[in-house]
Formats: sequence, C-alpha cells, structure tokens
Amino acid sequence: MDKKDYKNVFVFAEQREGVIQPVAYELLGKARDLAEALGEKVVALLLGHNVKNLAQGLIEQGADEVIVADVPELEHYLSEQYSQVMSQIIIDRKPNIVLYGATTIGRDMAPRLASRLKAGLTADCTKLAIVADEKTGQLDLHSTRPAFGGNLMATIVCPNTRPQMSTVRPGVMQKMQRQPGRQGVVTEFVPKFDTSKFHVKLIETIKADKSVADISEAKVLVSGGRGVHDKEGFDKLQALADVIGGQVASSRAMVDNGVMPHECQVGQTGKTVRPTLYMACGMRPPIQPLAAMEESDLIIAINKDKYAPIFSVADLGIVGDLHRIVPMLTERLKKEMAQ
Amino acid sequence: MNIIVCIKQVPDTTEIKIDPVKGTLIREGVPSIMNPDDKGALELALQLKDQFGAHVTVISMGPPQADVMLREAFAMGADRAILLSDRKFAGADTLATSYALSGLCRMLDYDLIIAGRQAIDGDTAQVGPELAEHLDLPQITYVASIERLDNGHLRVRKENEDSVQVLEVEGKCLLTVLASAVEPRYMSVSGIVEAYDKEVEVWSADKIDVDENLLGLKGSPTKVFQSFPKALKAPGEVHEVSDEEAVELIVNKLKEKHII
Repeated sequence: MDKKDYKNVFVFAEQREGVIQPVAYELLGKARDLAEALGEKVVALLLGHNVKNLAQGLIEQGADEVIVADVPELEHYLSEQYSQVMSQIIIDRKPNIVLYGATTIGRDMAPRLASRLKAGLTADCTKLAIVADEKTGQLDLHSTRPAFGGNLMATIVCPNTRPQMSTVRPGVMQKMQRQPGRQGVVTEFVPKFDTSKFHVKLIETIKADKSVADISEAKVLVSGGRGVHDKEGFDKLQALADVIGGQVASSRAMVDNGVMPHECQVGQTGKTVRPTLYMACGMRPPIQPLAAMEESDLIIAINKDKYAPIFSVADLGIVGDLHRIVPMLTERLKKEMAQ
Repeated sequence: MNIIVCIKQVPDTTEIKIDPVKGTLIREGVPSIMNPDDKGALELALQLKDQFGAHVTVISMGPPQADVMLREAFAMGADRAILLSDRKFAGADTLATSYALSGLCRMLDYDLIIAGRQAIDGDTAQVGPELAEHLDLPQITYVASIERLDNGHLRVRKENEDSVQVLEVEGKCLLTVLASAVEPRYMSVSGIVEAYDKEVEVWSADKIDVDENLLGLKGSPTKVFQSFPKALKAPGEVHEVSDEEAVELIVNKLKEKHII
C-alpha cells in the first residue's frame, strides 16, 4: 500500500427517509478542519433512493464534492447493500480518512467495512485532529475516545494503513454555518451489486415509542432527586424534557421509594448515561454517572441548598426552587423553540 | 441447531476508580463480570435451545482467568465452552480479535452466531460486524428478540434510535444483542454443581485456522497513541438569583452550548 495514493476526507452522509441526519452536517464541519490541515478536499457520500436533491445541501454545509449512489436497492439501510456500495467507492477513490456518525447505522456498517478493507477503525470518537508524526513527519489522524465507561480517554492512530476510519458521536462536533449557493461537484456512482449476498429482508419499520426509550442513549436527561418530592414533581420535569427533546431520569432514592420506575434510574451496573445536557433537579450528591461525562457535556443543577454537593460538578448551578423555576423554564423554552 | 455465543470477561466499569495521584485506573478489587450484552446474547441462545433444542457453544478470547465466566455460562445452560488463550493474541485490536475468533468459528459446526452488541470496557461494538465479515455471514446488530419461523428463517427485532425494525434472515448469520432487551436467567443450583465437572477447553493459536501474521499487535491496524484520565472539570458558576434571572441564565447557557 502506498499511503500517498490515499487522499481526501470522506464523510458518510447518513440519511433516513430522505432526511440528512444532523450528525452528517457535524462531520462535514469537522472534515473541513481536517481537510484544511491536510491540504485536501471534503467528499460526502450520499447513498439512498431519490436522494440526489440532497447533494446541494451537503455542499452548502462544507462538502467540495458529493458522490451520489441513487438506486432502489438503497432505499432503506441494509448492511450488505450499503457495505457493497461503500467498499466499491472506497476502493475506487482511495480516501485518506472516512468518517461516519456513531449511530445504529454507522456502527453497523463501519466495522463491516473495516473488516472488508482491512482498515483501522476507531469507535465513538469525541475529538479528531491531524498530527505530524515526530519522526517521519507523516500526517496522521488522531482519534480520541472514551473507554472504560468514560473513566479513561484514549487517542488512537493508524500509522501503517489507509484509509483511517472513525465513527463520531452525534452532538459533539460543530457544523459550519450554512453557505447558500456554495459551489461543489456532484458525481454519480453506479454500483454493481452481488445480489447472491443479500440474505436479510426488511419486513417492517415501527416508529419507536419515546416513553420506553433507554435513558443510556438519551442526549438530554432531566434528572430528579428527593427535592422533586413526588409524581407531580416529576410531571414538571417531564414537561421540560418534552420541550427540549429529552428524557426523565431519577435518582436511586426516588426509585426505591416507588415514585419512579426502575428503568429511569441512573447509575445501574452497565448503564452509564452520557447525555449532551444533564439537568439535575433537586439532587444532592454528585452521582457516579457524572464521572462518565464528556468535555462537550453540560451539567445544570437546580437545588434549594446552596451547599448541595451537586454544585461542585455543575457547569451552571442555580440556588432556587425547582418547583417554580422548572415550569417557568419550560414556558420560556417553548417560546424559544417556536422561533 | 448449533449456536455459537461470543462472550467476554470485562471489569465492571461502574466500579472503576481513578487514582487521584497517578491518574491511572485502579483495577485492583474491581470485580470481573460477564459483559452484560454478551449475557443477553447467551440468554437468547438458551431461549432458542429451550424452544427448539440447540447445542450452545460459548467462545471467548482472553487470559486463563476467563475460566470462571465460562463456567457461569455452563451453569446458565451452555453445552460447550472454548477459551482462546495465547500470548500471540496479545495487543489485538478489534480487527485482530475478530480475525482470531473467525479462525475458531471456522473449526466449529454452526448455524447461528450470537454476540453482545458491545463490551462495557471498550464500547466499540466492532467485533460482531467484523467477525461476520471475516466469515462472509449476513449480520443484524442491535437485536432485541429472535424468533425462528417454520421455514427455518429467523425473524428479529432490531432497535434503532428512532424505530424498531423487523428483519428476516435466511441461512447462517451473525446477530448482536442488546442487554437492555432481555432478562438473563440465573444460574441453576444443579447447573452450578455440574459446571465444575465440565471441561472448559483452552485452545492456542496453532489450533485454529489463521495466518499468525494477522494476530495480536501485528495484525492490528489501530494503535493506542496515548491514554489519559478524563480531565476533571473546573468547578462551574453557582448563582443565587431571582427565578426570572435563573431562567435567563439557563437559556443563555443552552444557547452558548448549541443545545437550543
């Protein structure tokens, strides 16, 4: 492998039912930084059916080129169909870096491709940077990710192989300001399928019931402790969570006394919460899962007691009555969101 | 039906603490457990065994101490246990790990491979799909339940962020399972007794179908450049203000961090 043949930063532009997922724009924003550090270009890979019209939006958010594979076989995500097209494009175009969102699609497809292409893959990254090797001067991608339940950070490199691939956690990277009318190239790619490998069929898709979603996957958690008092108190937290697209979690104490169900409890074995926003309402202790949070995360605490230990880990602490502040905040955010 | 279940012994990450002086992980006294998603995978395999009769082989790669976990699998109802253990596997990343496991799977007769979605020490979710690709098997990840149809096909529920998908797969395949979807059974008392009479087979690298150059550190494209404890946050700001001002402070903070 001549590593010099591998050029440009590729981004898998994940779409679901014709909607580009927010993480794709975030990746394009980061890819621009990486491409500029390398003196290379940003290329978005758009796979689907009837999705060509989405290409210009990707260019306006940072892509210099969009490679579009638009065929009926790609209407819904299926591992083998998508992997065949992605591996054909990657073998053909030899990218230096390929980025994917760490979604159920990205985390299904990227390792399949890594194994097919014998490429190095780093999962769930929260930081990406181009760094010159001290001895050789070679420019490598440094991918940093949490491990051991978030207790440790590790920086991973792939010095000997190309492409360098990473999945990136949604909500971590900043997308760039949209530039209407930004110019770029759209290239159509016609895939060749080996249909003998299509063994999985999609029977149906059922939209998830949000109320049963797993709190460990939530991006926004509104969490309550003893200070919430009762079910009515948690209803106030629920109203706030609904407005900002979050879920309600509970301290162990409020589960043990029967106010909240077990599924809502943070800090169970093997269940680490890693939201982007953690609002701790009426909670005293700096509970264990807080240790597992990322630099990008925001912890806001509301507590009547100004000496509550939770304030030592909060980015923003409010000494006050959650029973008044939470409903006021909910109303205010409704107005903000409407704009 | 012959089922292979991939399981891993991991430190219970909720019990891990950081040495405040050295800034390193304190692993002493941290209990080792069967990875939760893998336990879910074993449970789903045992449910298929209960319903249709199946021979369940659990496989793992790791140090000899993983013996305890494999005996736990026996006590839950597994029929055979194989531990891949060899210095040649040391330093393996997910690609080299999945490659070694593929070499073992090729030595066994199987209809279905079930693995956990991800392990709580690494959280990569990569070994399952990488193993499927090495073995040229179709894969379905994030599986919450498995149903076997009369025609022998499997119908599974896959949990995505925003939806549940029902997928059907024909022939041999690899599934990765979410712990949150299943309640693993307890070890039975007779199972625990019998588990200590059963043999955990320990296999070295030369017993499996692999190119040794692709094992361990040599076969790993990814390298750990550095690892460090997560930086402790500087203490934030605490305000004792009116309710109106409090709301204003929170809204501004949410805007500053691009949350709204």
